[in-house]
Amino acid sequence: MTDVRVAGVGLTRFGDHPERTGRDLFGEAALRAFEDAAVDRADVEELNYGNFMGALAEHQGHQAPLMAEAAGVRCPATRYESACASAGVAVREAVRTVAAGDADVVLAGGMERMTNLPTDEVTEGLAIAADDLFEVRAGVTFPGAYALLANAYFDAYGGSREDLAHVASKNHANAVPNEYAQYRKEVSVDEAMDAPPVAEPLHLYDACPITDGASALVLVSEEYAADHDLDASVAVTGTGQGTDRMALGDREHLARTPAADDAAEAAYADAGIDADAVDVAEVHDCFTIAEVLALESLGLFEAGEGIAAAREGVTTADGDLPVNLSGGLKAKGHPVGATGGSQIAELTRLLRGDHPNSEHVPDAEVGVAHNAGGTVASAVVHVLEVAE
Amino acid sequence: MSDADASEDAAPPDREYGEWLDALADGDGFALVCPAGHGSLPPRRVCPECGSADLSRGALDETGTVETYSVVHVPSPGFADDAPYATAVVDFGPTRLTGVYREGGDAAPDPAVGDRVTVDAGERVTDGERLVVFRPADGETGSGIER
Ligand SMILES: [Zn+2]
Repeated sequence: MTDVRVAGVGLTRFGDHPERTGRDLFGEAALRAFEDAAVDRADVEELNYGNFMGALAEHQGHQAPLMAEAAGVRCPATRYESACASAGVAVREAVRTVAAGDADVVLAGGMERMTNLPTDEVTEGLAIAADDLFEVRAGVTFPGAYALLANAYFDAYGGSREDLAHVASKNHANAVPNEYAQYRKEVSVDEAMDAPPVAEPLHLYDACPITDGASALVLVSEEYAADHDLDASVAVTGTGQGTDRMALGDREHLARTPAADDAAEAAYADAGIDADAVDVAEVHDCFTIAEVLALESLGLFEAGEGIAAAREGVTTADGDLPVNLSGGLKAKGHPVGATGGSQIAELTRLLRGDHPNSEHVPDAEVGVAHNAGGTVASAVVHVLEVAE
Repeated sequence: MSDADASEDAAPPDREYGEWLDALADGDGFALVCPAGHGSLPPRRVCPECGSADLSRGALDETGTVETYSVVHVPSPGFADDAPYATAVVDFGPTRLTGVYREGGDAAPDPAVGDRVTVDAGERVTDGERLVVFRPADGETGSGIER
């Protein structure tokens, strides 16, 4: 086993790029990642690429070879699909490949193109991450599924729409200085409360936007980084993944996300840390309630206590444990198949000290990234640490 | 193509789901139950919880309890004319079901956690597609938590 270093990260601006092809978006992210890494693209031994709905959005299957071309690499290339965790699983396999000594350099990330579709088609597209027979045909939409989780949470532990509005307001504030974010504007708690309902109790500002974008990471072995004198100070020290029953109604808990519990436990064990060591987190807040569930699965808060974290200022930028300093999916945007890679890119920048919000975590040594698919039937957790 | 293949092609899509919905419409709603008592929905070769291949049909409870719900305002295209509508997850004994909650007449759907409901097969307003429908159980009033 060898240590895995993040040699470089690349992102497109997240937002509306309805006229840009997926191959152009991923090509841009990969170009930036190679520039950041100062790694020769000829050394790339594998491409692990995440994408969810390219067959619907671009009528394009079999995207991995296309993205290898866009990145200018010629090596085994594979597309990974686990709904909103597509890039998370792609990165995880890259980490495992490098850690096992099977490759010294892997390019990993993902892309999603969404705004070229009408909103109702995006709604329909996202719903295919749920069980088609027993959920989608029963009227469950993507926001509707998280609304079911939210009401179950309120019933089990208490909490209110206003608690969730604090999560939205916090993440919008964090996105303001982030040059890659889709919505760089503040949203007050009152504005979030007054927004129209999407699926009660979730309203417009509880939901992430529809986003185009791509992410790319150059991951290398510690030995490769040393041999090439790379500036790769951040290591991926832990990776974990969990799976749950596909349909929400078949889960052990309706107000918790056991797949993410499993992913976190595995990632922490892999890194040899526990939750107390975490200084900063990027979590999968596709809806505000999802951030709450993530914090509890990561062991950063007890069950039932994550709901108050934003309102009480614990997870705000100047709190003890800043969460989603990038703006999160909520404000930075959620190009589904790119998100898992984007979270690790943002966490790397935060730990290196070159993120616009790094000033809020000047002494951070340990970061955790949580990426979820569907209603957390899939979950991936990574631990990043400052290695030098 | 053989005649056998032709008759396969003529079968409705998602056959086991269609048969399960037929049973629900006939008042014979069921789950597949393993010896350990885990319930699941068809088609199944094995219990998804424990892997047992010894599955038999177990009747759903006559009434179920709403465990969570949402009133959906932004629908997918298939539910365009149904919105706003309520979805709910309901415990029916051997398994939970997810479906649309409807009250009589033009009443806006207003379920609560803990409500007692019955289950039937109904139709989408938008296009007549069949779906799982919950209705308030006779003589029951909402006992759930109001908020
Ligand atoms: Zn069983």
